[in-house]
Amino acid sequence: MVITIESLTKRYGGFAAVDDASFTAAPGRVTGFLGPNGAGKSTTLRILVGLAEPTSGSARVLGRRYGDLPNPGLDVGVLLDASAQHGGRTGLETLTLAQRTLGLPATRVDAALDLVSLTEAEAHRRVRDYSLGMRQRLGVATALLGEPQVLVLDEPANGLDPAGIRWMRDLLRGFADDGGTVLLSSHLLAEIQMIADDIVVIGDGRVVAQGTKDELLAGHGTLVRAADPAALAAALTGAGFTAAPTADGAVTTDAGLDAAGAAAFAAGIAVTELRAGDGASLEETFLALTTDTQRDTPRASTGAAA
Amino acid sequence: MTAVDTPARPAGAAGLPTLRGTTAPPLGRLVGVELRKLRDTRAGAWLLVTIALVVLGIIGLGTLWGVNATASFGSFVSVQVMPLQLLVPMVAVLAVTGEWSQRGALTTFALVPRRGRVVAAKALAVLLVTLAVAAVGVAVAAAGIVVGSALHDVPAAWDLTAEQAGRFLLITVLSAAVGFALGVLIRSSAPALVAYLGFVLIVPMLSAIAGSYVAWWAAHGLWLDLATTLQAFAAPQVTGEAWAQLGTSTLLWVGVPLAFGLRGLLRTEIR
Repeated sequence: MVITIESLTKRYGGFAAVDDASFTAAPGRVTGFLGPNGAGKSTTLRILVGLAEPTSGSARVLGRRYGDLPNPGLDVGVLLDASAQHGGRTGLETLTLAQRTLGLPATRVDAALDLVSLTEAEAHRRVRDYSLGMRQRLGVATALLGEPQVLVLDEPANGLDPAGIRWMRDLLRGFADDGGTVLLSSHLLAEIQMIADDIVVIGDGRVVAQGTKDELLAGHGTLVRAADPAALAAALTGAGFTAAPTADGAVTTDAGLDAAGAAAFAAGIAVTELRAGDGASLEETFLALTTDTQRDTPRASTGAAA
Repeated sequence: MTAVDTPARPAGAAGLPTLRGTTAPPLGRLVGVELRKLRDTRAGAWLLVTIALVVLGIIGLGTLWGVNATASFGSFVSVQVMPLQLLVPMVAVLAVTGEWSQRGALTTFALVPRRGRVVAAKALAVLLVTLAVAAVGVAVAAAGIVVGSALHDVPAAWDLTAEQAGRFLLITVLSAAVGFALGVLIRSSAPALVAYLGFVLIVPMLSAIAGSYVAWWAAHGLWLDLATTLQAFAAPQVTGEAWAQLGTSTLLWVGVPLAFGLRGLLRTEIR
């Protein structure tokens, strides 16, 4: 595992922003770190890249504490907040500072600008005149500058339009396909669903679910369709199963494929469709996983966990 | 640097993934980056241009109207001390606080997690700028003397001793050190700049008032009031006691804020 978070806890006073969190991110995969705002995503990532100290537990990247990496920019590309860039510098200057710090040839700056599709003219503009989307691109360019093997990105799709999100997905896909490891956070399901291979869900500082996207999306129940949905539903409930009509005239039930077919057959109903139920949308999974830990009312001390 | 900067556990032995970045950025490279940061924003560039213009302006005025019986090199250098004492420390303050004003620290310390090295690089960059400004100041003063003596047809007096020159430099460097220490302690541009102006303008004033009321302060205040102590260092002669007072007051105004500031800066969470 390239990134290993183990029993990580971060307390601010009595408030646990991260509470005994453990997860990993593997090479060749894009790992999505999903959670509502204030769930502890950013705190976890800040600890991972050595900008904050954990109260207990550990966060390792490439088997080491981030602070023990001699020249981390060449191994781990980091973008924690695209708005945290000096507005008075041009994009070009921002990249040049990083390029010099890392000891890279100046040609890497142009290469990185190309990678994120920032034009020459845009690179010469001051960052304060950038849109959030352009800042995200500049931040990603900074992260990619040292040709790292790991990317750690906090809400990188924030401020991107749909085309920008697709671009981000393709970029990260390519990075992972080349053997790289990507850990990116988001509070938006659609983004994670679109970009990630593996998903770690965090709520109120705790990891509440993790697995591959397919695992987390695996459906449950059976979908049955017949000419008369009401009769079908009655037959299923009569046989002791649940039955819920869907919008397009089918019925979903908790009966297995065999049992659902048998129940319809016993009632003399001709089934026109019989298959495993659709995967629950990740949104339902996400909400189900986080409602018991996520309070709707504002908490007293969320400031520390953003 | 390789021996020092290799991770504590050798990669091969522990079976850890191989790293691309095997050597830490040398300090010289970081100093170069910090020097660049001092001038690559509009505020930074204008501050440096302002310093140059102030030096040129002072000496220009002196050359035209400030030459009487002789053109005194010593006075042309000493007249720059007060303005530089005000302006150069602003460079020092902003060198540190600039990382926090727009949260660039997030990138800086992700690229160089050893925060102490970044602070050291900033300190060296500020020192280099201070020395460069002093050198330019002396050169401009010398040019002003040559021009002024010719212009007014008076003899040029090369009356600056090395000891005096050293003390003028010391005033500027220590003032920059106060600015740097306050920057490290406060880490926010406007409050840190105000704190420095307080140090150089308000504290000596309050100190003088206190001295007129309280006999003890009049006798002992200089041990704590660095700004007033530094004024004495611009005089032709300096006593041994003044040197001792410089030591204690520097400890108070540079050592103490730097110690507390570094303690915080090296440990604080960067957001």
